[in-house]
Amino acid sequence: MEPILKVDDINVYYGSIHAIKGISFEVNQGEIVTLIGANGAGKSTTLNTISGLLHSKTGSVSFMGENLGKISPHKIVAKGLAMVPEGRRVFLQMTVQENLEMGAYTQPGSGVDADLEKVYQQFPRLKERYRQIAGTLSGGEQQMLAMGRALMSHPKLLMLDEPSMGLAPILVEQIFEIIQKLHQSGTTILLVEQNAQAALSVANRGYVLETGKVVTTGTGTELLASPAIKKAYLGG
Amino acid sequence: MTFLNFLISGISLGSIYAIIALGYTMVYGIAKMLNFAHGDVIMVGAYICFFAISRFSLPPLVGILLAMLLCTVLGIVVERLAYKPLRSAPSLAVLITAIGVSYFLQNAALLLWSSSPKVFPNFFTVTQSPAPDGTAEQTVRTGIELFGGQLKISFVTIVTIATCIIIMLALTWFTGRTKMGKAMRACSEDKGAAQLMGINVDATISMTFAIGSGLAAIAGVLLCSAYPTLVPTTGSMPGIKAFTAAVFGGIGSIPGALLGGLLLGLIEILAKAYISTQLSDAVVFAVLIVVLLVKPAGLLGKQVREKV
Repeated sequence: MEPILKVDDINVYYGSIHAIKGISFEVNQGEIVTLIGANGAGKSTTLNTISGLLHSKTGSVSFMGENLGKISPHKIVAKGLAMVPEGRRVFLQMTVQENLEMGAYTQPGSGVDADLEKVYQQFPRLKERYRQIAGTLSGGEQQMLAMGRALMSHPKLLMLDEPSMGLAPILVEQIFEIIQKLHQSGTTILLVEQNAQAALSVANRGYVLETGKVVTTGTGTELLASPAIKKAYLGG
Repeated sequence: MTFLNFLISGISLGSIYAIIALGYTMVYGIAKMLNFAHGDVIMVGAYICFFAISRFSLPPLVGILLAMLLCTVLGIVVERLAYKPLRSAPSLAVLITAIGVSYFLQNAALLLWSSSPKVFPNFFTVTQSPAPDGTAEQTVRTGIELFGGQLKISFVTIVTIATCIIIMLALTWFTGRTKMGKAMRACSEDKGAAQLMGINVDATISMTFAIGSGLAAIAGVLLCSAYPTLVPTTGSMPGIKAFTAAVFGGIGSIPGALLGGLLLGLIEILAKAYISTQLSDAVVFAVLIVVLLVKPAGLLGKQVREKV
């Protein structure tokens, strides 16, 4: 079967800095795939390139067989590719419900209420606070809001950039439970994480990035067991 | 009673400032730029309305709508040609460009319509038909008088204040209730995240310029109805005052633009009445300086905390 997302030899520059040096990987329908690696390995840059916020000089990104090359970010969302950006980036001055409505921006108005209900079922905490300004939510709640917001666009592929960043361990656990639930309900997920242990334990497959290159790849279990990975990312 | 008269003219002038300030504040909120050409759009709007009514004898309402339409187009074109190519340029370059556009519009107006002042017609009048028995002649009234003529309120004043209230209510509804309006707020907060929601940021910025310029046209007509001398530089001083009002109220905030505009108008008129006509502008700007010393983000502005 054709992979839902195919990243083929992309090269991304920030000015003269060569940040992504020929990265290639694939995500198949129904998988959780994770990109792990240290700070500066190029994980977020890769996601931003897929979502169209950054552009790759060579190589290609294709989503469901279509080359995303020069398509602007807002049109990519409409094709079914949603991203929860690093640092959540919820609209802090808007209410919880307005944030979710913005997530449904590409959707016809008629289905929005039902989708809101679905997200509230998934994240009861958000329902309790639906009229609250997002800036007053805790970090964990903001992460839930960011994920709920992305789900409002009915993504065929959901990209999560460091969802556990800055959260207390108990919340990290919760977030990963939610990720697994989303996966079980059929969402395909591309997960970028520094928390390699947690990411690999939920992922079908993983790619290890180092300074803009893929250095290792394998299934989640393989990577968790690999001595080199253990040493570099899992604290021995 | 004189005080009440001053108060009403202050609110009326303040309403005009508020309508102009809305244009500054909305564009700043979304494009994060100071559109110093905004004041000159007011002037263009006033000229269009003037020619529509005086030269082409169109009904006043048609003249106003035509002015709004053409200014909306002007706003979109200016944004597309002058500002959009500078979207990722340093803000100083954008600022200088805006000043350039301002001079361009003023000089284009000078070339097209000459420097000789046009007398803007006052069409906010009520014509009383003559009494059939000949006891009263036909009169044209420009306002109402209360308390035996002690309190005079012109129709322009009433229309100005009512227009300002309607615009505020409409904008509050638009930004709070409609999808497009909410998308505008999302863009003003975080353009990258807005794009990830599928919002077309460029279209939203165009839309903001369109709304701001349409409002500027209304402000131009109201301004010239109250102060009927129309020259190519008519828009610059009210433009600067309204910019001050926007900063005063907290730039980026719509209620702030209303509050800032009204306060500025009131302070200006009261300073003219009780302190000195020549010093009124000095008083206005002195108050601005004091406010900014105490509240650097303006009266209703949000203090942006730097994340560390």
